[in-house]
Amino acid sequence: MTASEFFHMGGYAVYVWSSYGISFVVLLWIFLSPIFGRKQIIRELRMKYRQQERQQEAASGTGESPGKNHDTGRA
Amino acid sequence: MKLPAIVHKFSSPKNFYTMSGKLIPWFTWGFGLTLIVGLYYGFFVAPPDYQQGESYRIMFVHVPAAWMSMFIYMVMATSGAIGLIWRIKTADLMASASAPIGAAFTFLALVTGSLWGKPMWGTYWVWDARLTSELILLFLYLGFIALQASIEDPRNAARAGAVLAIVGVVNIPIIHYSVEWWSTLHQGATVTKFDKPSIHITMLIPLLTMAVSFKLYYAASVLMRARAEILRREQNSRWVKEVVENDSI
Repeated sequence: MTASEFFHMGGYAVYVWSSYGISFVVLLWIFLSPIFGRKQIIRELRMKYRQQERQQEAASGTGESPGKNHDTGRA
Repeated sequence: MKLPAIVHKFSSPKNFYTMSGKLIPWFTWGFGLTLIVGLYYGFFVAPPDYQQGESYRIMFVHVPAAWMSMFIYMVMATSGAIGLIWRIKTADLMASASAPIGAAFTFLALVTGSLWGKPMWGTYWVWDARLTSELILLFLYLGFIALQASIEDPRNAARAGAVLAIVGVVNIPIIHYSVEWWSTLHQGATVTKFDKPSIHITMLIPLLTMAVSFKLYYAASVLMRARAEILRREQNSRWVKEVVENDSI
């Protein structure tokens, strides 16, 4: 079997390859979306936690907790 | 009826998050490996069909996708029921996380079936029992997703979704037996029947390999979805804060 015969699929190329193509795209999308979704959630939560920390510090007043005034974590 | 304590221990969001994190790589590698083997056998080892020529190779994605559409629905309804009865949060999450994957496989079963139907039956679509009941399955998935998205409170959303999913289970035997109960263009079962499978072994091997591959794909992606959602739902707990701070995104 030559490569062109293979891709020709006995005349059914358009049906066979579009079936596999659509399946590939849909399954890839379903697989990758929670990976990006998780990263997005982690980014959002980090911002939220930072904000909470700042609010707590502001509420407790300046100078009361000199040890933990700045957070040095990565963004 | 009470569940053993160990079930509650392992179904706690934290344990679920940790354990699923360890399982996902295995499922993903298994999926990749079986996919390569399945596609190799499907395209290079299995001979052309004596009636359908090369077009039947659509079967290796169409049939496993259709099986998955029903399998995932049953998982979704079962976890929904478990969440409803025993109030297990991670069971609710498994149901919600299953829905988009199930919808995707149902969509693929319909589309690849359509693309197979055109050259073999001369039409992309007929309103017969098999195709119509599979389309209803897609609507059940989409209805489940829309219903849950429309309810703010996660517990109420889980409950409403579970009831819808359980009621919809009636469609599953209808899909399976539709080719026997009503006259149809769709061929009958060749593998999932009590008799010996009426498919040649060279075609059966890639078909079953692809079916295993799709199951592993589902296992990996449903856990990834559930994990991401756990972080959102449990965002006020100490362990999620630690996970978020220590994660290298």
